[in-house]
Amino acid sequence: MLLEGLAERLQNTFKKLRGKGKLTETDINEAMREVRLALLEADVSLPIVKSFIQRIKERSLGAEVLESLTPAQQIIKIVDQELTQLMGAEQGKAQFSTTGDATVFMLAGLQGSGKTTTAGKLALYYRKQGHQPLLVGVDVYRPAAIKQLEVLAKQVNVPFFSLGEQVSPLKTARASLEQAKAQGCDLIIIDTAGRLQIDTVLMEELAQLKGILSPQETFLVVDSMAGQDAVNVARSFNEDLGLTGVILTKLDSDTRGGAALSVKAVTGCPIKFIGMGEKLDALEPFYPDRMAARILGMGDMLSLIEKAQASFDQQKAQELERKLRKAEFTLDDFLEQIGQVRSMGSLDQVLGMIPGLGNVKQLRQIKEGFDEKDFGRIEAIIRSMTPGERRDTGIITGSRRRRIALGSGTTVQDVNRLLKQYDQTKKMFKQFGENISGKAGRKAKPFKLPF
Amino acid sequence: MALFSKLKESLTKSRDGFIGKVTQLVAVTHKIDEEFFEELETIMLQADMGVAVTTRLISELRTEAKKQRLKEPGQIKALLSSQMEEMLGGPVPLNVNTQGLTVYLVVGVNGVGKTTTIGKMAHSLIRDQKKVLLAAADTFRAAAIEQLEIWSERTGVEMVKHQAGSDPAAVVFDAIQAAARRGIDHLIIDTAGRLHTKSNLMEELRKIRRVISRELPGAPHEVLLVLDATTGQNAIRQAELFKEATEVTGIVLTKLDGTAKGGIILAIKEELDIPVKLVGTGEGSEDLKAFSGRDFLEALFDEGDAE
Repeated sequence: MLLEGLAERLQNTFKKLRGKGKLTETDINEAMREVRLALLEADVSLPIVKSFIQRIKERSLGAEVLESLTPAQQIIKIVDQELTQLMGAEQGKAQFSTTGDATVFMLAGLQGSGKTTTAGKLALYYRKQGHQPLLVGVDVYRPAAIKQLEVLAKQVNVPFFSLGEQVSPLKTARASLEQAKAQGCDLIIIDTAGRLQIDTVLMEELAQLKGILSPQETFLVVDSMAGQDAVNVARSFNEDLGLTGVILTKLDSDTRGGAALSVKAVTGCPIKFIGMGEKLDALEPFYPDRMAARILGMGDMLSLIEKAQASFDQQKAQELERKLRKAEFTLDDFLEQIGQVRSMGSLDQVLGMIPGLGNVKQLRQIKEGFDEKDFGRIEAIIRSMTPGERRDTGIITGSRRRRIALGSGTTVQDVNRLLKQYDQTKKMFKQFGENISGKAGRKAKPFKLPF
Repeated sequence: MALFSKLKESLTKSRDGFIGKVTQLVAVTHKIDEEFFEELETIMLQADMGVAVTTRLISELRTEAKKQRLKEPGQIKALLSSQMEEMLGGPVPLNVNTQGLTVYLVVGVNGVGKTTTIGKMAHSLIRDQKKVLLAAADTFRAAAIEQLEIWSERTGVEMVKHQAGSDPAAVVFDAIQAAARRGIDHLIIDTAGRLHTKSNLMEELRKIRRVISRELPGAPHEVLLVLDATTGQNAIRQAELFKEATEVTGIVLTKLDGTAKGGIILAIKEELDIPVKLVGTGEGSEDLKAFSGRDFLEALFDEGDAE
């Protein structure tokens, strides 16, 4: 899961600090070493880590932490703030031409970073917003790269243009400007060949392409699984080309994604989009604050809320919230939840957005116990219960379990497992419910930090 | 030695980065103390070697330095080199079925260079007078079949393909049948790039592997995981999950002609014991070499005086 590993390490680090009434400089040094290793393990570039740690340490040694009653919380707050700041203060938006000429987006990057797929995704993204994109292929080096873009253009239903592999990229680029005019396209998305940042010939070609096209956006496409070298790549591309934005791909993997931090810090360019899958609609805007929250293991609450809003019935949600708080959550609700949760995406994705996932033991047990395929079985088991049994699982005796197993075509063990998972879920939701409602009279915190 | 100098050439950047820094550190440090080890640790981490391997190597260095009463930081470098060589082990050649058809299955995440690697492998086998067949089992990505087709034309190697979007396991089945009929020596199977975290796609790979073993007992003779040298610590997860799904037998480390340090292979050897078998050093059909830990390290540690 996205950056979860880093979250866990930071949580462990601060667990050590918890409970100490007052921190000494030694405590803070120890915590900083852990944070440093965690960031390095997450592939954040070393120089970035160093300056980051320096800032955190300076602020941590300040009075706001040392004299605080909850120093660990204070440090986390500082780390969160600095992390968010490092990734860019706000979500980037693409620049468009103001002269009436077509806007040009140029994509550049190393081989295999995902430029062509991203070009297709961008075309779809902006077509949906009412633009008329033209996809232009100038990768004359990789076999069938232009063909790949042409296929993608067809899939996202936008026009495609290229003069083919025998014609120089510069010539195709020049002709694409005319082509856009002729076809009434207001956005040219140009997919360039992957290249090494030390390949001076090909880097020069990019600079010339940029000269011809004067793009509003020059995007560097970066693989989020990249290691320490990402920082060198980003720096070279930025120096040779003058980047305006970064697109981070393959973030649907379990990479910790430290490259995101490095690239942003080194180029100063905002990360404008993230690639979240192979499907062509899997392109999302980048939210630095959400990413920082995720790194800290606080979960991606905003994304969860947005997804929930898109697929949840408002009244049902309120009813559920009431039930969750009072722990009146029955198996019928469980069944309904399964249906709704499944419409939000895979269980892994959804659970990953819940705050403090890395630290909630019960939740992890549930996650391990659940397989996406089990959902069908669970549904069958619950549907084989009487309404009374669904309301109060306490009455389900051994003979009832056998009946339920027979009725649902499962085994008694399956039934037992479901009942156990249901109990765990109920307990966990009860805890969350308490956190959600907060203590009487006090302004409720959205959730309790899991450390 | 052509291999040696090519490796060295592609590792020049690594050397500038990694060894350059070690040398610099050694030159400015007068004694072996905590600060020295901490700096060394930093350098190793920056080479993508990972926290686990780095910690282990450093702790071994510490113990040895004390035991042998090493006083000079320069001696540490030699020690480090021999430690790393021991970790990497000797060269492991590609497994070949001497009884008939040899099947290589090539897997990896998106964009690491699987198809390019297969093109280079075909080129090298053809040069050795082998009869080669390619199977286009990446039926998912747009124009992946066309990409392999261009390599098949370039190298003059036959290829089995289906329509885009068809079942990759069916392509593999047909390819094995065709290979047996045509008296092929080497069948190389290209698969779609997939993230190791997508369980349904990993299941598809398992199925492909099952089909191969069922149709030809003893096959595949190699399951090669293609890894991009620019990948960071996530490469370990990739290796772990691909190994679990397909019993990976070797790694092809690509894009070593860039500035990437390639230190991750030590971490993978340490944690999963998968040997690196081939190294990709460019986009040309010749740019694929057998990997040898010794050459790799010699090139890495060589200061440029020996050729």
